[in-house]
Amino acid sequence: MNRAETIELIYLFSAVCFIVALKGLSSPRSARAGNLIGAAGMVVAVGATFATPGLHRIGLIVVALVLGTAVGVPAARSVKMTAIPQMVAAFNGVGGGAAALVSLAEFDRGHASFGTAAAVLFSTLIGAVSFTGSAITFLKLQELMTGRPVVLPRQREINVALAVAALAFVGWGLSDRSVTAAVLLTLVAGVMGVLFVLPVGGADVPVVISLLNSFTGLAVAATGAVLRTTLLIVAGTLVGASGTLLTRMMSQAMGRPLSSTLFGALTATAAAGAVAEDGGDRSVRTGTVDDVAVLLAYANRVVVVPGYGLAVAQAQHTIRELADLLESRGVEVVYGIHPVAGRMPGHMNVLLAEANVPYEQLREMDDVNPQFPLTDVVLVVGANDVVNPAARDSPGSPIYGMPILNVDEARAVVFLKRSMRPGFAGIDNALLYDPKTTMLFGDAKETLTALVSAVKTA
Amino acid sequence: MTETTLGLFTIFVLSVFVGFEVISKVSSVLHTPLMSGANAIHGVILIGSIIILGTGDGAAQIVLGFVAVVLATINAVGGFVVTDRMLEMFKGRARK
Repeated sequence: MNRAETIELIYLFSAVCFIVALKGLSSPRSARAGNLIGAAGMVVAVGATFATPGLHRIGLIVVALVLGTAVGVPAARSVKMTAIPQMVAAFNGVGGGAAALVSLAEFDRGHASFGTAAAVLFSTLIGAVSFTGSAITFLKLQELMTGRPVVLPRQREINVALAVAALAFVGWGLSDRSVTAAVLLTLVAGVMGVLFVLPVGGADVPVVISLLNSFTGLAVAATGAVLRTTLLIVAGTLVGASGTLLTRMMSQAMGRPLSSTLFGALTATAAAGAVAEDGGDRSVRTGTVDDVAVLLAYANRVVVVPGYGLAVAQAQHTIRELADLLESRGVEVVYGIHPVAGRMPGHMNVLLAEANVPYEQLREMDDVNPQFPLTDVVLVVGANDVVNPAARDSPGSPIYGMPILNVDEARAVVFLKRSMRPGFAGIDNALLYDPKTTMLFGDAKETLTALVSAVKTA
Repeated sequence: MTETTLGLFTIFVLSVFVGFEVISKVSSVLHTPLMSGANAIHGVILIGSIIILGTGDGAAQIVLGFVAVVLATINAVGGFVVTDRMLEMFKGRARK
């Protein structure tokens, strides 16, 4: 067996590691081990690559590896739990960018066959879309730009023009093997990525991250075809296929077809007017901590609905303390978890697991919804859009059709919020003005701490 | 390494099916870690980046290769570390 074949065999081992890793990540028990197996596969593959015949500039490669690690590890280590979604988006974007660059560089060597040229153009197109698209999702989630859908004037015409330009560059690149065409295609694709993500608003952004993730997988697979490296084809395709499936599952968890998530704002621009229906003169009832403490302490059944605000305030331990205290007084407490509460599916589960909230107390939306009419108090901690009845009742609303937690059916609702500011989707919530709603303004952690001591004396 | 184009295409098609099969049923709790783990796996573009940087000729290819290695390393290393941090949170529950 010569050296190249040995490397191929090691790559096969890595590919198996990646498959086992994805399988492991699909179950809570084996998820962590799965991730480590994936990482091991990566390390082995990189090690084998160093043995590639004719590989020069080893020093420079090591410098680049160290540089990338020096950026990636601290970023991943220091990121707050609340900011993890945008971190994933950023990592995905740079991966897509790398795939596009590798294809461009290989194309620059010349002698590309028709098939290779097609793979190069495909991977630069998809890689560049993934790169700039991820950058926009990062800006949206980091709140460096508005989280609302942004639709440019005449965007449909612009989209058509860009698509035509992209097709023209693809044709040019295929016929002439022109590197210039590939570079121009990359630039056009970058603009397309921006325009693709801009109209996606609020809670839908995670679905787009997942979609861009599978895009990057496909770009990597195409790059693998360019370099004729089977490991890239296998790993990229795995991510592309499983990512597509995952995107559909996430979209289904929100109860909407993928097309309405991606293109809803483009087809229904008129609905934007319905955002600020009839705000203004309605009054809001603000309660005191002591009122709410009594309400909670003498309830039979309390449902806690956590949202992004809980994560921001890092109040997961305090909410658990309050829940334990209420349980010790004989109140039944459960947590109603909306599938997309927070900024990512599963965000709340992760957060509450950190505070060791018992698994039996976490209820998924379909289990908890029928029980709201039997619930005395719903404590909404930093959530908004996922309990907004407009998603159920108001067909003009941008979030219409998204399944929500029907907290308005409970006997009383308490909102812990920082302000009257609307949620991430930027939509007013009529429930805040409902007579059975009590507002407690302030930081969730401080309010909950005050509630804990008030319940003790109630 | 003289895989035919047809051979590569075969690998591609089979990988599509493996990708679909391998995550057929996942609870919504694990959507985010799974996405993040898959994200780290496509960091395997690092292999291609290293080959380009190590075998390329001329300034353009070397610069592209160097940038690609840096970006791909961020993708792969950062991706696995951030996924591990997410999954660390599940530890407590698994024991219960």
